[in-house]
Amino acid sequence: MAILLEVRNLRTQFLTDDGLIKAVDDVSYHIDEKEIIGVVGESGCGKSVTQLSVMRLITPPGKITSGQIIFEGDDLMKYEANGPEMRSIRGAKIAMIFQEPMTSLNPVLTIGRQLTETLELHLKMGKSAANRRAAELLDMVGIPCADTRLGDYPHQFSGGMRQRAMIAMALSCNPRLVIADEPTTALDVTTQAQLLELMKALVEEFHSALVIVTHNLGVVARYAQRIYIMYAGRIVESGTCKDIFRSPRHPYTMGLLNCVPRIDDREGRELEAIKGLPPNLGRLPGQCAFLPRCEHAVDRCRVEPWPELQAVADGHHTRCFVNPPGMTG
Amino acid sequence: MKKRPGHRHHEALHDAYTGDWVLEVRDLKVYFPVLRGLLLRKVADIKAVDGVSLRVRRGEVLGLVGESGCGKTTVARSIIRVYRPTAGRVIFEGTDITDLPERKLKPVRRKMAYIFQDPYGSLDPRQSAASIIGEPLVAHKVFKSKQERRARVDELMGIVGLDPCMGGRFPHEFSGGQRQRIGIARALACNPSLIICDEPVSALDVSIQAQVINLLKALQKEFVDLSYVFIAHDLAVVKHVSDRIAVMYLGHVVETATPGELCDNPRHPYTKALLSAVPVPDPFVEETRERIVLTGEVPSPLNPPSGCTFHQRCPVAVPECSRVSPVLKEIDPNHQVACIMVERPDERST
Repeated sequence: MAILLEVRNLRTQFLTDDGLIKAVDDVSYHIDEKEIIGVVGESGCGKSVTQLSVMRLITPPGKITSGQIIFEGDDLMKYEANGPEMRSIRGAKIAMIFQEPMTSLNPVLTIGRQLTETLELHLKMGKSAANRRAAELLDMVGIPCADTRLGDYPHQFSGGMRQRAMIAMALSCNPRLVIADEPTTALDVTTQAQLLELMKALVEEFHSALVIVTHNLGVVARYAQRIYIMYAGRIVESGTCKDIFRSPRHPYTMGLLNCVPRIDDREGRELEAIKGLPPNLGRLPGQCAFLPRCEHAVDRCRVEPWPELQAVADGHHTRCFVNPPGMTG
Repeated sequence: MKKRPGHRHHEALHDAYTGDWVLEVRDLKVYFPVLRGLLLRKVADIKAVDGVSLRVRRGEVLGLVGESGCGKTTVARSIIRVYRPTAGRVIFEGTDITDLPERKLKPVRRKMAYIFQDPYGSLDPRQSAASIIGEPLVAHKVFKSKQERRARVDELMGIVGLDPCMGGRFPHEFSGGQRQRIGIARALACNPSLIICDEPVSALDVSIQAQVINLLKALQKEFVDLSYVFIAHDLAVVKHVSDRIAVMYLGHVVETATPGELCDNPRHPYTKALLSAVPVPDPFVEETRERIVLTGEVPSPLNPPSGCTFHQRCPVAVPECSRVSPVLKEIDPNHQVACIMVERPDERST
């Protein structure tokens, strides 16, 4: 299938009082048309900043220092972040769903106005047409009495409904790519299940591609076709969902899989916690950033710089010298 | 609190229990009045908790699971008497504490501790770690001398895996996981017999979550008589920690069982939906799992549905469900369900 978005060697840095924070360091990934991929990592690993960089939403003190963002054959880096080209792409061709629906919706505008704004701007719809479409969209994401709820303000919606409205807004211009940044983290599990099923059905219906950014391994196992695992600003492992879960090769991925409690665990399973803490991005060593927490480290890890991503199988890459054999079963 | 090497005997918990209960909650109701108008007249009640009964054995971990607004935290806060129950009884170590005056409550509270969800908001930013951990010792006048208190604080920091030399640091100098360890050390300070853990790991990253879960489990093995009421919305976490789980929905307990039984053989339709909503980090397992996606949202506790509060969203509801309020019934030893569609095995044939 054709590649929709390809990010090459992206570096995004923040110049702060504590020094230069390399939030995204040499990240390359791609997503095909109509594909669902997962970007997984813990807080501060750079997964959100990567996605904001793709949207060109990095503001000072942050800066994209190098890299290419090739979307539908065009390098987005050649456009001004706030220029007309980016503005016609953002929200129309690439849409984003944020984690916190309360802060990402404008509290003083009605839901209807926030929906019609995008429609009028990008699709040049008239007022009444935009209103009709907005009601259709709300109805599509499962909000009852959509016509009357258009006049509601965000605080009158529950958390789940706000996120439904966000999904409606993201899909309103029929985008080619939807980036969902921790879309269900603030929500209850049954609401999370409702919304993820809804998002999956809608991106299929709209023939869009979907990037799910999350720390929840279960969510990507359920929905993603391919996965990128990030740690300390870099991708440490990538591959198909089944490869990564069945035969993880990076010690961090293995650690993550061993430390999450599972609903289908046998009684008495011990969680194998990853020792130590995630590194400070301002003071990264030249070597592998996972080294201080790694159970498999060898001498080579301590002297040589962090290795490049290398293939361990077809379409399965990892950034590790050791590549300990994966878990089985 | 006795120390005993080796492991607790889990099997013993599932026999007919003859030992004592640390905590008994009987038919607890907590209503919050809704006041309106100039005279602040009461116009309605928010029925946050509406008839919950729970019992915690000595040395047991009772998991309390449910979605936001189901009343888990209200139950917990009523146990420590932050909220005064509207009706029902709370009996702690044989003493009915429901109506105890504050003065008599203080020695009781020494035996109960609380671990909060937010490791940022629950520690005073102007106090050092050692001072935070030692505060219950000061409040309850446990030690006469500063040296003794200091020694106890150092001991506590060691127990929760913090270096005692970090005692002089302030909360902002610690990571989220370390702050939660400070909270745990504070809870342990006065040797409580019951610790209420209110979403202790949900604010933490996954790799840190496991560290804190393992610490809580290890403490419970070390101090044999320590009981937890472990509240979380994450069923996988609750399953991991608990000896028994109670599932709550809109102010009611709908099902209680041992973790294995609850996950392998859930009987209440809400429990089934909740279990199916939790994704398993394994695509091969996910392919074969049945998905029950509930419709609608949790109704408001201000105006809960009649009969069974779950009937509007229930995939197996019958008309009777809107009239009859189901009560918890034992369907197997150690397995209780509140649903009229789930009858005892011997009644099923009739």
